[in-house]
Amino acid sequence: MLRNIINYTLIASTIRLSTPLILAALGGLYSERSGVINIALEGMMLAGAFTAAAVTVFTHSSLIGVLAAVAAGLLVAALHAVATINYRADQVVSGTAINILFLGVPALLSGALFESTGATRQLSKDEVLPDVMFFNPDSSPMLASVFNQKPIVYLAFFVAGISVYVLYRTRFGLRLRAVGENPEAADTAGVNVRRMRWAGVLISGALAALGGAYLSIGQSSQFTRNMTAGRGFIALAALIFGKWHPVGALMACLLFGFAEAVSIRMQGNVNIPNQFVLMIPYVLTMVMLAGLIRRADPPKALGVAYVKE
Amino acid sequence: MKTLLRELLFPLIAVLAAFVIGGLVVLAIGDNPFTVYRLLISSAFGLYDAMGNFTWDNWGYTLFYATPLIFTGLAVSLSFKCGLLNIGAEGQLYVGAFAAAWVGFTLNGWPGFVLIPLAMLAAMLAGGFWGAIPGVLKARFGSHEVINTIMLNFIAVGLVSYLTQSRYKIPGDAIMQTKPIAEQAHIARFSTLLSPLGIHFPERIPLSVAFLLALLMGFLVWVFLWKTKWGYEIRAVGQNPSAAEYGGISVQKQIILAMALSGALAGMVGIGEVLGYRYRYYHDFSPGYGFAGIAVALLGRNHPVGVVLAAILFGALNRGGLFVDIFTDKVSKDLVQVLQGIIILFVAMEWMFRRMILRKTVTAKA
Repeated sequence: MLRNIINYTLIASTIRLSTPLILAALGGLYSERSGVINIALEGMMLAGAFTAAAVTVFTHSSLIGVLAAVAAGLLVAALHAVATINYRADQVVSGTAINILFLGVPALLSGALFESTGATRQLSKDEVLPDVMFFNPDSSPMLASVFNQKPIVYLAFFVAGISVYVLYRTRFGLRLRAVGENPEAADTAGVNVRRMRWAGVLISGALAALGGAYLSIGQSSQFTRNMTAGRGFIALAALIFGKWHPVGALMACLLFGFAEAVSIRMQGNVNIPNQFVLMIPYVLTMVMLAGLIRRADPPKALGVAYVKE
Repeated sequence: MKTLLRELLFPLIAVLAAFVIGGLVVLAIGDNPFTVYRLLISSAFGLYDAMGNFTWDNWGYTLFYATPLIFTGLAVSLSFKCGLLNIGAEGQLYVGAFAAAWVGFTLNGWPGFVLIPLAMLAAMLAGGFWGAIPGVLKARFGSHEVINTIMLNFIAVGLVSYLTQSRYKIPGDAIMQTKPIAEQAHIARFSTLLSPLGIHFPERIPLSVAFLLALLMGFLVWVFLWKTKWGYEIRAVGQNPSAAEYGGISVQKQIILAMALSGALAGMVGIGEVLGYRYRYYHDFSPGYGFAGIAVALLGRNHPVGVVLAAILFGALNRGGLFVDIFTDKVSKDLVQVLQGIIILFVAMEWMFRRMILRKTVTAKA
């Protein structure tokens, strides 16, 4: 019975389920490190998922679909940036508005474009993102199942690695973090606070949308209404659980992806209700936030609009 | 009077702007925005049906859809008044609804006049408890209520889904719902209330006493916030926590109190839903009432009167959206979701409108 749950396909499925979380969490990282709360990750993922699927339907090219998804993510992020950075809207409220808005927009558009109740046309096997074939599935099924993945999967891990360098070893990263910790000081030192925050929010939109694109044209072959199903919020939880650090966030996403993979396998196998397994990320995050495991301190200026004196 | 006008001005601008943008979206999709909006408004507020006969249906359903939004709008605005943002109303209303149903089917031998108040109390207590958790965590550990309420939303849904599925479902039922509550736990619908007056209100419209209760709660929230010491203290903490602390108010206590009361209000959604509408707990029943409550609170400027008006507006959109779905070629009821999102975004950017208007008056004077 346990063998049905724990085997090599569990690793493969953990990687697949973690990928959208990793991209969205890293996106959230750039935004929040610059001082802008991003609970709009969910809406940004939905925008990306829909755009990728819809554009692929019309162009028959998953690559153009992915690029279009990134563009959509940037647009949604720009909305959040204009509202919160330029017009001092409450960051949580703006994020909530974007989540509500982009639950509706993709559904409205797919209804109009595909005459459905909120789904895009199903893509064929040749239209969705291809697997990268490192190993021959016939001769080495185990390695193939773990390492042959969609290109976005490798991209997610690559972005996690590069983010450590970008945030801690480059001038851009230093400035981004400075703006999130102490915008007044950064401003005095000549950093353009507004521009850095715009950059942080835009990067978050692009990455979250990539995560969404992976859901619709990587893992699945169409967009369906609300297909993210709260993954943007799990990514946010992972970001906090990972203490606003790229490696921490990556680990948290893998842990949460693992929990989801286990819960899927447990259905019909074990008597522990899978609802409880799915709750693990949320409970862990609350415990963490309360400082009961290790204290997690958010960037100091997180959530505070910066008004130049 | 002048302040009242000013209070009304910005929400009205936000709603108008949302409708203009929504109209452009409709146009882009390929439908006529005027047809869509006429349909939306007539099916939400019209007193006559297509045949020209008088009908309660439109107003009845609009107010029915407004009821949960009044509760969640009040919940969110009460937390706002304490400087907190409760985006956990969604989870609180789920545990509230489940608790009401649980009392309704567990104590099924009890007479109605005991059972109904008990079920209502259960909804409030469960929602209040769920709201108090992030309150305590904030007061005790300083952890942000926004994150905790988001997390608790998912935990609540998981919990009631588990309880429904593994304990209280009728075996073999394909729908995720509990067994029905006792018949004497049903609260009166408007059809029953109005029939002694000789008014024929169709029984199929699920508008119930819960709507009147929602209005009453609006009044009580107003009394509490502006006429009692506790309410004053909550507002003081919301305006300036350090000044309140200095003035001898326990900030921690007020945070917990505000979150608990906010959760209790959100939990009351379960009263209309379970005792007046479905007569059981039906899983996943909320199409985002908790989040719409944020829109309602903001649009209503965190005042009970504004909240009721904003809730009726959103209730009307929900009612009208169904007709837009059926009677137009391309536009679906998701338009309502889009309008809601744009409205919140604009209300949140009030600063922009203020600056635009102020700048105009300044240039006009100069």
